[in-house]
Amino acid sequence: MNALYDTTVNGTLTPPGAELPRLLRAPAAGPGGLDVHVDAYGPLPSGRDVIALVDAAGLTGRGGAGFPTARKLATVAAAGRRTVVVGNGGEGEPAAGKDLLLLHTVPHLVLDGLSLAAEAVRASDTYLYVERGSPALPGLEAAVRERRRAGMDRRRVEIVHAPPRFLAGEESALVNRVSGGAALPRATPPRVFERGVRGRPTLVQNVETLAQIALIARYGPAWFRALGTATEPGTMLFSVSGAVAAPRVIEAEIGVSLPALLGAAGGQIARLQAVLYGGYHGGWLPAADALAIPLANTALRPRGVSLGAGVVVALPADACGLAETARVARYLADESAKQCGPCLNGLPRIADALAVLARPHPDRRTRAWIERWSSLVAGRGACHHPDGTVRFVRSALRVFAHEADLHEGGRCSATTRRAVLPVPAPGVPAPRDWR
Amino acid sequence: MAGTGRAPAGKLTGPKLRVNWIACDGRGLCAELLPELVGRDEWGYPIIADAPVPPHLSEYAQRAVTICPKLALRLVPPG
Ligand SMILES: Cc1cc2nc3c(=O)[nH]c(=O)nc-3n(C[C@H](O)[C@H](O)[C@H](O)COP(=O)(O)O)c2cc1C
Ligand code: SF4
Ligand code: SF4
Repeated sequence: MNALYDTTVNGTLTPPGAELPRLLRAPAAGPGGLDVHVDAYGPLPSGRDVIALVDAAGLTGRGGAGFPTARKLATVAAAGRRTVVVGNGGEGEPAAGKDLLLLHTVPHLVLDGLSLAAEAVRASDTYLYVERGSPALPGLEAAVRERRRAGMDRRRVEIVHAPPRFLAGEESALVNRVSGGAALPRATPPRVFERGVRGRPTLVQNVETLAQIALIARYGPAWFRALGTATEPGTMLFSVSGAVAAPRVIEAEIGVSLPALLGAAGGQIARLQAVLYGGYHGGWLPAADALAIPLANTALRPRGVSLGAGVVVALPADACGLAETARVARYLADESAKQCGPCLNGLPRIADALAVLARPHPDRRTRAWIERWSSLVAGRGACHHPDGTVRFVRSALRVFAHEADLHEGGRCSATTRRAVLPVPAPGVPAPRDWR
Repeated sequence: MAGTGRAPAGKLTGPKLRVNWIACDGRGLCAELLPELVGRDEWGYPIIADAPVPPHLSEYAQRAVTICPKLALRLVPPG
């Protein structure tokens, strides 16, 4: 997730008359960054009813699930006693780079949002959860120190290191890690807003969501809604990669067209076959469909995919979608926390069967097996890892059905096996203790 | 796959059986006690329909909850 994007450059997309970028307007990392930041965005507002503003803005979570942020804020605020807020910068998704970019270039905007959220739910503790070894860490630590000296935040912000694992940012895994344990998901209920960090009601918010809160508190809901759609207002950070000239993170309004987004990433460099939306718990869409419908959940959800955390990967026509899916399915099976029977047993079988399907002359029952194991793991884990994996795999069986037919006949339309979807290099051992 | 794991159709509103997948050991004691509602997958883990327990089986469902050696089975309110 680190090398994919140049964190010093960002693409921007400006519809006529609208102001973009918003989040990435004023890079303010490094010494003296706080002054640069305050000059650019204005001082941290205080005494505003942040929950009401966020509600009026219609902000939804940018960490993947798209849940209304004001409802989460209100739930934790109502819990009353000694609440906790955690900014989730774990970003375990290999094809995503937007949280790193934010933390690296506008750390104070994220910290503003964290401070405002903590104020809104009257939190007694605030944490920022960031992958261990992240290139953003030195700048973040400096930013936290700078704010402390300036007396910016009512509460001390503690940075907690996430292990580099796909599941590390799942909210119950995050809560376990911030509580001092391993970053392993736990059984629900209780949900983290009921009992989270050290048993206290906990608000977990993606770092992009926090940065959006920092803007909404300053400029208001009407400003926020000037971009995006009526039902999905605002901008979003998209991590665009695959068959584009300049893979990068792009801030665009929700509802942007795919051709415009790909254009902002240097443009297509090949004919497209399919597009992956929402990362490795997301799904594939055939390129013809994807190019024709806007990037908004209202348009995407009826086709079985969603924006998730903004990952967009363009698959070129010369690649094998089944081979791509098989490689990622193996990664996802390896990344299972292996705590729950169906997930522990089912994901490796799905990955094995996909590997067979990705080669010539697979057994003709292979797809039926994948479907059977998929139905056995979906909804039967402590966390949504099996559900998300199955969503991804089933979308591949739909979108690459013709390719699977070809493979059964001993043929393959792909002319290259060059990998498109990134997975962490094998041989880099993931920390076994999940810390 | 033993058992169907399907509750009879019909509008029921009672509590549902829910598994804590981290705690469950997959040895299937619950399926032996309550084959009407609990099937098993090929690895032994319980397959339980996401449907309310019919009233005539609620006593057995409660016993399955009590007998589960891992305290992995619970009856939760519908919803
Ligand atoms: C397997 C899995 C991994 C996740 N990883 C992340 C992550 O890296 N960062 C993140 O913000 N949310 C992640 N989430 C979503 C979080 O559980 C949580 O919903 C989110 O942080 C809430 O923030 P938001 O409402 O601002 O989006 C993950 C969820 C799952 C199921
Ligand atoms: S469902 Fe899978 S990934 Fe999630 S906690 Fe259980 S074993 Fe781990
Ligand atoms: S009795 Fe309990 S531990 Fe055993 S299979 Fe059933 S739920 Fe799992």
